[in-house]
Formats: sequence, C-alpha cells, structure tokens
Amino acid sequence: MCLAVPGRIVSILDEEDSALRRATVDFAGVRREVSLAFTPEAKPGDYVLVHVGFALSVVDEDEAEKIFEELRAMSEIEEPEAGGSP
Amino acid sequence: MRYVDEYRDAQAAARLAEAIRSRVNRPWTVMEICGGQTHTILKSGLEELLPPEITLVHGPGCPVCVTPVELIDAAVEVASRPGVIFCSFGDMLRVPGSVRSLLEAKARGADVRVVYSPLDAVKLARANPAREVVFFAVGFETTAPANAMAVWQAARQGIGNFSVLVAHVLVPPAIEAILSAPDCRVQGFLAPGHVCTVVGYREYETLAARYRVPIVVTGFEPLDILEGLLMVVSRLEEGRAGVGNQYRRSVQREGNRAAQQIVAEVFELSDRRWRGIGLIPMSGLKLREPYRSFDALARFAAGPAPAEESRECIAGLVLQGLKKPPECPAFAVRCTPESPLGAPMVSSEGACAAYYLYGRREVRG
Amino acid sequence: MSGFNLSCPAPLVAGDRVLLAHGGGGRLMHQLLEGVFLPAFSNPALEARHDGALLTVNGVRLAFTTDSYVVRPLFFPGGNIGDLAVNGTVNDLAMCGARPLYLSAGFILEEGLPLETLREVTAAMRAAAERAGVLLVTGDTKVVDQGHGDGVYINTAGIGVVEARHQISPLRVEPGDAVLVSGDLGAHGVAILSVREGLEFDAPIASDTAPLWPAVEALLAAGLELHCLRDLTRGGLASALNEIAQARRLAIRIEEAAIPVSEAVKGACEILGLDPLYVANEGRFVVFVPEREAERALEILRGVPVSAAAARIGSVSGDATGAVILRSRVGGRRVLDMLSGEQLPRIC
Repeated sequence: MCLAVPGRIVSILDEEDSALRRATVDFAGVRREVSLAFTPEAKPGDYVLVHVGFALSVVDEDEAEKIFEELRAMSEIEEPEAGGSP
Repeated sequence: MRYVDEYRDAQAAARLAEAIRSRVNRPWTVMEICGGQTHTILKSGLEELLPPEITLVHGPGCPVCVTPVELIDAAVEVASRPGVIFCSFGDMLRVPGSVRSLLEAKARGADVRVVYSPLDAVKLARANPAREVVFFAVGFETTAPANAMAVWQAARQGIGNFSVLVAHVLVPPAIEAILSAPDCRVQGFLAPGHVCTVVGYREYETLAARYRVPIVVTGFEPLDILEGLLMVVSRLEEGRAGVGNQYRRSVQREGNRAAQQIVAEVFELSDRRWRGIGLIPMSGLKLREPYRSFDALARFAAGPAPAEESRECIAGLVLQGLKKPPECPAFAVRCTPESPLGAPMVSSEGACAAYYLYGRREVRG
Repeated sequence: MSGFNLSCPAPLVAGDRVLLAHGGGGRLMHQLLEGVFLPAFSNPALEARHDGALLTVNGVRLAFTTDSYVVRPLFFPGGNIGDLAVNGTVNDLAMCGARPLYLSAGFILEEGLPLETLREVTAAMRAAAERAGVLLVTGDTKVVDQGHGDGVYINTAGIGVVEARHQISPLRVEPGDAVLVSGDLGAHGVAILSVREGLEFDAPIASDTAPLWPAVEALLAAGLELHCLRDLTRGGLASALNEIAQARRLAIRIEEAAIPVSEAVKGACEILGLDPLYVANEGRFVVFVPEREAERALEILRGVPVSAAAARIGSVSGDATGAVILRSRVGGRRVLDMLSGEQLPRIC
C-alpha cells in the first residue's frame, strides 16, 4: 500500500507526548490533520510525505531539485547537436 | 501540487525516455514491485515511451492481490457478526473470498466502512463503546507503522472494543521468492519507494548481493519511474549489481527509525500465505504478545480456515511475472473485473485488471 | 442521478441482489438496465437509451425525463438535495435540445425529519426553479418510517419543448467531431466528500450544480450543428464518453493536459486516491460538434457564465472500437474504461 502524497505543514499542534504531535498539512488547498509521530523533526513550512494520515518523511528539497538539474544538464548536452547551420 | 506536478512534466519525461533509449543495447526484463508504481506506469502509458528492448513485469506489490483467501473469509465472517463495525481501506472491499467479498457482505447487512487511516477506526471505537470495531490491517511495510500506532494508542487509551485483523506482508521475502524461482526471468528491480521510506534499503543490499541483481529504490511519479529505469538499465548494461536510490528526496538508507520502532514494539515476524503464491516463511507480521488481546481472530474465534481458491486462477504465476494475464485461459472470458476469479483482477494495480482495462484494446494507431 | 457514495464498488454480476454499485452510473448499472428494466418495458423511446424521451404529441416535439435524488449528506457546500433535484432534471431536458418548462416533484420523507430541513430544501428548489426558468406544477409526498430513507428522497420529472431542429443524440456523432467540455471537473463529488470525510479547504470546494439550458440555448441560437450533448453526472467524464463511444461504435481520443480540473479538486483527489475523470459533476456537459464548428462553439460557450471555462479536450476517430483513449500528460496512451461499479479510494 503505497499511496503517499506530499503536503506542506501549515501549523503544528505540539503535545507533550511526541506520539500525539499533529500538524495541519496543506495539499494544494485541501487541509488535513496529519500525525507527526514518525517525523519529530518536522517544522512549519516543511513538505512531508503523508500516508494514511501519518507523515512518513520530510521531503529533502535539495535532493528533490537534483533530478531537474540533471535534466537541464542533459538538455544542454543535446542542444549543440540539435539544429544545424544558423 | 508541489513535488507532484513537476514529476509529470512531458518534456522531462521525453528526455529521460531518450536517455534510456540511448543507454540500452540488449533486451532487459525489469520488475517494478509496488502496485502504486504499476498504477503510474499504466495510467501514464509509460510503456509506450520505452524502447522495445525493455520488458516490464508487474510484481506482487499489491497487498490487495496477495492477501490470502482465508483472511478475506475471516474478515467477511467477523464483519457479519452482529454489532461489529468492520473498517477497511477501500481497495480491500471488492476482493473475492471463497464465498463473497466484504462488499457483498455489506449488501447483506454487515456494517462495513471505508476509512482512510487506522486512527479513524480507533476514533470510531471510542465513539461507539457498545460496538466492536475491527480494522483490517492490510499492507506492506509502508502501512505497518500507522497500524502499529493505532494499536498502541488503543492500548494506552484502554479502548477495549477495538481490534485488528492483521494481514501485513513484507516485500523482501517476496522478492527472494521470485529470485529463487528456477525460471525467474527478472533481471533488475524497481524497489518500492514508500516501503523503503519506512524501512530503508539495507535488506535490499543483502538481496542484491546474494542474487547479483541491480535494485533501484524508486518513487511513484512518471519521472521517478523513468529515472529509476534509467538507473537500473545503466547498471544492467555495466554488469553492476547492488542497490541504487532514485527516491532520494524521501528515502534514506536507514529508513525512518521512529516508524520502525513502533512496528517492532507492536508486531513481530510470522509466516504468511500469499494468495496465488503460497506460504513464504517470515513474510508477514503478527501482534506481539503484549498486544495479542487486540487480535480480531482471537477475539472472535474466527478463521482462518483452509480456503478454496479458484482452480482456474493462475494468479501465482502472474504475480511472479512468469505468465502474462492474456495467457490465462480464463482471462477476459470467465474472469473480468465484474466477476473476478482471483485478486489480480480486482485491484486496478493487479496485473490482470491492468491488462483488462488498459491494455486489452488496441491503443496504437 | 446525484450523490457520491464511497463505500460502493463493483461486486459479482452473477449475484441475485441489488448492490449499491448498481446505482453507480457504471457498467453494473447498465447491466441492470439491460437485464431488468429494458426487457420489461421495451418501446422505441426507451430503446434510444437517451437521457430524456423524445415524443411528438399533436405535432409538437416534447422531451420528457425523470430522475431521483438520494444524495447523502443532504447539505453540502454549494447547495443541497433540492438544487440537484431541479438542476439535474432541467439538464437532462437541455441535453435533448429542449427548453425546460415544467417539473413535478415527488418527496419521500423520513419520519422525524425536521420541518426546518424540509423548508430549506424546498426553498432551494424554488430558487433553482426560478433560476432555471421552470415551474414546479405538481407533486406528491409520502412519509416512511424512521430508519427507512436518508431524511429526504426526491424524484423530479420534467417536460420541455424541443427547440433543436435536428436530433441531438450519440447516434449523430461522426468521425472527426470535436469533443468539448463545458468547464472544470469533479467539484460536485469532492464537495460531497468534503462533508462526509471532514475535509477542510482554504476555499471550500462548492458543488458545481447549475442549470445548463442557457449554454445549450446559446449554442442553438447560433445555429451550430450540434451532434451530441451529454451532462456529466455519476461516473464522471469517463462514463459519459464511454457511453457515447459505445453507442456509436467509434473511438474517442482525449488529451489529459486539456481537461480542466481545479487545483483544489486535484489536491483532494490526490489525497483521497481518486481519479477526477470518474468523479461526479452536476453542472457540466460535453458537446460533440463537427470540427469546423469547434472554435465557434467554444466562443459561444465561454460567453455564458455556466460554461465560461469551456475547453476542447479531444476528437472522435473512425476506429470502430467503442473505446475512449486518453493521452496522458506524460505522453503515453491508455484506454479510459468505464467504471465497473463506483470508484474505490485507493491507498495503494
């Protein structure tokens, strides 16, 4: 069962008991309450991956960007080959 | 949606597909393990973008498909008891048991409800103290922490009218079963990204080394799958086994410690029968002793009794990638999504349903 | 046809009982129609299997339709069951190219229903009728025991005068026709779910329930050649297109990137594991026109508020497959099948 969706933490409801810590997470305008029991390091503004009501990880934004850097690098390599004479 | 839409960009997909095309020199058979990945591949028509040398095989990563018939029967039996509120994720409701599915049980008066989170079931139990609330705890390692947390919280809050019917399965034993089959044709794997978000990928390193195959931990969006395929194909072309991590924005080698801890607290390993495959030792989870009182099977003295699967159904061969659904004599004739003989025809990630819905008709031209 | 019931998927057709899935707008409902109702009542008007019946009485061409409304919850962002009961039937008439004129309303009330609730529902019906330009001229009320019925069930039947000069039906669809949709998808289904699942939104997603006659009237007034109109209800865009493709035995090709879906509906569908193409609508329709009329039709639709966000989503092809083919955003193609029963939320 693998459907997990990334959303942005809007606000956090801290509890003394970290197992009960919850957040309001925004998914493109839809808000849901999500348990942060497994992501104690999460803070407002972070993107978390949510599965069946629980945040499983905080999205590593630098890593997330890398595929697009690589793709841009790929297209730079392609361009000199594409197009012949001006 | 951020971290979703960018991974569906058509130009980027074309670029990755082109990169795969220029990398490939020989035919390769790759299995994506997770049903969610199968879903993306089919929904996006990704196979059309790939070079013909690559054959994709859809693996058994669909908990709906592999939940043993006897557990479905037990679920139906418990759900049919008076006073029980039976909660489940939506996908499970259509799976046929020996006699009927949970949905049909509902049509006959059972109180069966779809929930999105196991915590919803706990809430229901709190709100309905006079009823017994049972939750169908199905899923791979991705879902185990949430289900464990539900049990743990119910225990702490003294919610006595809550119980779980545990049907969890684990991925590595299934991969091993596939790899150790004598006629295994799979040469590389895309490992399930959300399972690995929870458990990390050290166990896959052991498998990759033992069977000398490349395994790439992969995400679920089209660009993830394409990048994962590129990484697998590169390794295959270079003759390099071992584990790669495509889904680095979510997965770390050690996984999520807090999630692993709650699973270890509430569950322990158990043997598990996989529908259509058979018994795979230590491939499932059961409640640990301190939490046994939450076990629905014990509480209701229900199943699992040895159950009958359709003799015609070749789900096992399909789930292992040994046969394609159209090779089954019953496919699309006696076995359709409206009247499925086996689980892979029920869930839209199941290979048979996927072929029926997405591939049966001519798409090209 | 309205409402959205999550806990209702597709079971065995060989069964001997009615299942919730039989009301889902998908394959099973069609099987019920073909297997029970049509054989019992066969006549040419029914055989046409269109939303409304086209009848000629004393030389006047009339359209006649009926629909029942069993939505739960009764109240949702953007309206209540009363709005659906008027707009739904008005729209079935509009899809026949008929000006909606008169409605009947039959109420089945559950014992114990607060009168205040009933007043709100009937007030909504009155406002919707005024907006749609129809009169509610006859009705009936019955009360059933508490526990039988979700508060209110409403049946409405409608009569309209056909103003389209030519027949508008799936059978007039031709290869090469352009496929247009009148606006963004999925709002009604998500609005219903938001109440049932306790979803919260920055800006609540409201049901798109609305009368469609103004848009149809504008298309007719412009003298466009309309081949087929179909409002999108249960089963969403995918079901409507499949019905038409199968009725006409042609193929329909659509582009995922061209299908309008609001960000909020997309987000809600992502987290609920639903596909917007199958989610219910109550104020959207598809239009099939010859290719040469496509631009003009879009211009006209966009000039009417209810179809301001109209878009072209694809074309009809000559393949006799009866299939709907979707080209995904990413570029690969797949068959967009009819739902078996009703959509199950995915976790997987």
